Amino acid sequence: MSLRDLIDHLLGRQQASATTAKHRLQLVLAHDRSDLNPELMEQMRREILEVVNRYVELDLDGGAVSLETEERTTALVANLPIRRVRDDVPTAEADVPTPEASVQ
Amino acid sequence: MAGPTPVTASSTRTVLICSGKGGVGKTTLTANLGIALASQGMRTAVLDADFGLRNLDLLLGLENRIVYTAQEVLAGNCRLEQAMVKHKQEPNLALLPAGNPRMLEWLKPEDMKTIVGLIKPHFDIVLIDAPAGIEGGFQNAAAAAEEAIVVTTPEVSAVRDADRVIGLLNTRQVEPIQLLLNRVRPKMMASQEMLGVTDVTDILALPLLGLVFEDEQVIVSTNRGEPLTLNSSQSPAAMAYHNVARRLQGEEVPLPDPTKQRRGLRATMRQLMQTKIF
Repeated sequence: MSLRDLIDHLLGRQQASATTAKHRLQLVLAHDRSDLNPELMEQMRREILEVVNRYVELDLDGGAVSLETEERTTALVANLPIRRVRDDVPTAEADVPTPEASVQ
Repeated sequence: MAGPTPVTASSTRTVLICSGKGGVGKTTLTANLGIALASQGMRTAVLDADFGLRNLDLLLGLENRIVYTAQEVLAGNCRLEQAMVKHKQEPNLALLPAGNPRMLEWLKPEDMKTIVGLIKPHFDIVLIDAPAGIEGGFQNAAAAAEEAIVVTTPEVSAVRDADRVIGLLNTRQVEPIQLLLNRVRPKMMASQEMLGVTDVTDILALPLLGLVFEDEQVIVSTNRGEPLTLNSSQSPAAMAYHNVARRLQGEEVPLPDPTKQRRGLRATMRQLMQTKIF
């Protein structure tokens, strides 16, 4: 963030268009490079949240799962604020019934 | 005796000039860089690989002197020397059009390799002007090149397309790949209404070979068919192209900082506003 971005932010003005351009490019290139379409990305995000949510209670509004790129390598970055740890964390056996478990 | 001893094939550089997006200045760079390299003593060949929509001849002012193309050379209908059009004012430079706009379906990557192989022994450097896009025409041009210059402008669409091209060049093991940032508007960059130089180099992760400012003289020179580097023009773009030619030969020439082009209180303020605070 530059000084101008900060002042714009404090005054509630739109940020400099170069900053917007950079952010938009980073986002679109992360997708271009990884060949993940937005639909798949959304599905992956939902499933990740679902799994994590089994163990801890998440603040779903504050969370984000995104692709980021730096130096031409892409990383999946998840920022998931935790409200509290669940008391009823299921143990591995009880939670995911393996085929053997279901037979018994 | 035959003419001058040909240089060994391995010492001749083959440089692809490409961009993905059209209209960002590939052909203008090829013409100006070709003349600049030639004037600095390099025996330079420029190959117009965009045979469907060829324009390099026009920018070099050679459009009326083309009789043969690479196509006739490959077919054995003429000798290479007959097809290479030597520039009158800058005899170190010669142009070879890959083909004729009327023939759209003859060129294959192997043809391109063959023709560049034929040119190489007679020159120090071969610049290959790639067509826009990432399809067949581009792939043909890329097949014959060992290194590349990617041209882009500080605009989202051009940078995105450049990124696609860089990805393709990486899979072809073309190396080094260097970046030329074209049509920079220093004032807009200073007021952060145009992507900055480091924004673009960070995103594309390529070393910067050159920075060319938007310059009306480019249009004037195109009208005349006389590249800016041909005359002792002091226009900003002409000097930038000459510097690109020097850097390409390994000379260290400092890059200008577009945000520090102007002096005075307002410029100082602008710079202050760009200070990264976190």
